[in-house]
Amino acid sequence: MDAKQIDQQELLRDEKDPLTHTPVHLLSLENVGKHYGNIVALTDVTMAVDNGRVTCVLGDNGAGKSTLIKIIAGLHQHDEGVLHIMGEERKFGSPRDALDAGIATVYQDLAVVPLMPIWRNFFLGSELTTGFGPFKRLDVQAMKDITKQELADMGIDLRDVEQPIGQLSGGERQCVAIARAVYFGAKVLILDEPTAALGVKQSGVVLRYILQARDRGLGVIFITHNPHHAFPVGDRFLLLKRGRSIGYYDKKDITLDELTAQMAGGAELAELAHELEQLGGHGDVVKQVQAEVAGVTDSTADTGRAPQ
Amino acid sequence: MTMTQTISKPAVTDERVGRRNPLQKLLGRPEVGALVGAIVLFIFFAAVSQTFTQPNAFATVLYGSSTIGIMAVGVSLLMIGGEFDLSTGVAVISSALTASMFSWYFSMNVWVGVILALAVSLSIGFINGWILMKTKLPSFIVTLATFLMLTGLNLGLTRMIGGGVSSPSISTMDGYESAQAIFSSSVNIAGVDVKNTVFIWIALVAVASWVLLRTKVGNWIFAVGGDANAARAVGVPVKATKIGLFMAVGFCGWILGMHNLFAFDAVQSGEGVGNEFLYIIAAVIGGCLLTGGYGSAVGGAIGAFIFGMANKGIVYAQWNPDWFKFFLGLMLLLATIVNLIVKRRADSSKG
Repeated sequence: MDAKQIDQQELLRDEKDPLTHTPVHLLSLENVGKHYGNIVALTDVTMAVDNGRVTCVLGDNGAGKSTLIKIIAGLHQHDEGVLHIMGEERKFGSPRDALDAGIATVYQDLAVVPLMPIWRNFFLGSELTTGFGPFKRLDVQAMKDITKQELADMGIDLRDVEQPIGQLSGGERQCVAIARAVYFGAKVLILDEPTAALGVKQSGVVLRYILQARDRGLGVIFITHNPHHAFPVGDRFLLLKRGRSIGYYDKKDITLDELTAQMAGGAELAELAHELEQLGGHGDVVKQVQAEVAGVTDSTADTGRAPQ
Repeated sequence: MTMTQTISKPAVTDERVGRRNPLQKLLGRPEVGALVGAIVLFIFFAAVSQTFTQPNAFATVLYGSSTIGIMAVGVSLLMIGGEFDLSTGVAVISSALTASMFSWYFSMNVWVGVILALAVSLSIGFINGWILMKTKLPSFIVTLATFLMLTGLNLGLTRMIGGGVSSPSISTMDGYESAQAIFSSSVNIAGVDVKNTVFIWIALVAVASWVLLRTKVGNWIFAVGGDANAARAVGVPVKATKIGLFMAVGFCGWILGMHNLFAFDAVQSGEGVGNEFLYIIAAVIGGCLLTGGYGSAVGGAIGAFIFGMANKGIVYAQWNPDWFKFFLGLMLLLATIVNLIVKRRADSSKG
């Protein structure tokens, strides 16, 4: 399996940005680490984001995904390694700094204020104003119109932008947040587990918006623990486990099954099957896990070809 | 909601918006519960007392309301911003004492003291907000501490400097007349003397409503009260907004403090304790959520008006004023229950 893994330094050096054709990445991390006191939350992570590409960050709970995005979004500062934006070394002091650098984040807990109307949420922190001096006021009509238009462009048809955003479904709220980031000229869009709390259909809708954002030329960082969501939309995959990078792949070098296997860890699955059997687990479940183990062993034995 | 996505046709959008009942829209507003309460109370007192609806008596009711309402403006904004302030009652007196003691001790023009009092009031607000933001303690604890400290300072410093429990009279000092004209005078409207605090109150409510609904800062106030983390994440200056709100409360306290001073010519140093609750009650009756993120400046004004009507109405109805506090508690309970019911109904009836 190690043979397929991209040499991390190699990737950072060689690949050109697909839109600008410059040798620098839109955003790149090199050996970035973060610790809270004596707890190491993240160590030695290297990844790159380019225009019109989706970089997926995969990992189980506690793998360090949240720490990673908090560093990029300016909520925390890294203690090791370097963060480059367009080739320039940066360290963000606050979310405002990151926003000014073109990095927009759509958080797991959504970062919307539930009781406020949709249009107020859409423009929160970047309100449009008209008039000057003490009579500077919100341009309410323009903001409502733009909100409606932008959401319609993303394929979301809302009956009333005046309703509190808390009344929307989870998927719709994600889409509003994505539309907001796109409208405000984000260059990098970070999506923190956007599909985690959603049903199958809603997840599909959100994945479609990820591709739309990508096609508009944004560099997308898609954080998820679900390889089935990551694989169809991702161009690069960074796998995290216990705060470390356990693999960084280009899409052409990995299959969905391999990705899943890497995520779950073949040996752990085998152990789980054994344990379930010992505990007298339900026959079908055990069989299913065993089948999965078999699949994992197959794909690891196989070199690079997609197993059936 | 998912269904509306799959059958999205721009043409039907307007038709769906049209379905929203204007009455429901009205019921969704934060101050509607208070408004109903105010109307009921007005009719009630008008029925039991002949004098209540007389212009003179009504001007007195408005005056009583304004002395609560001026503070309720600031306190409502602060509550929408997700915090509350227990030091407001005594901070008003601190402001008045500062102005009178300073001018008296240094024998200066009263206006010097008035300006200094403004600086002190804004500083009290700033310190409250700054400590809150630095320590991230609940505002209940921080402002309770400020409340106790200010109570002690008011009494201690007044005795130390003036040698009594009330500030010395400043009625003969330079600038007293002009300051009194600004902070405590009456305007004659059709033969009825209306205190100018009523107009200050109305002006403050208008400015606060405008800020709240039509400016960036207003948007931020709702956001920091509704979800401070979300607000911070999208770039709202949460700390500055909250500190600014505490300073706005300080500003309101300064206006009321100056009125208290110039309505007479001296201030009792032990006054003000307990008034902070009246301001909070006015804001809550007016539909401001204790948890923040919801409410209006007009609501706080209606809350203060309810307070003023109950306070003076009992006198005009010739009842024993002992009953006033009971009445106030009942009003608070009823108003909040009505708010709750109205809000739930308005929320659930939107499909």
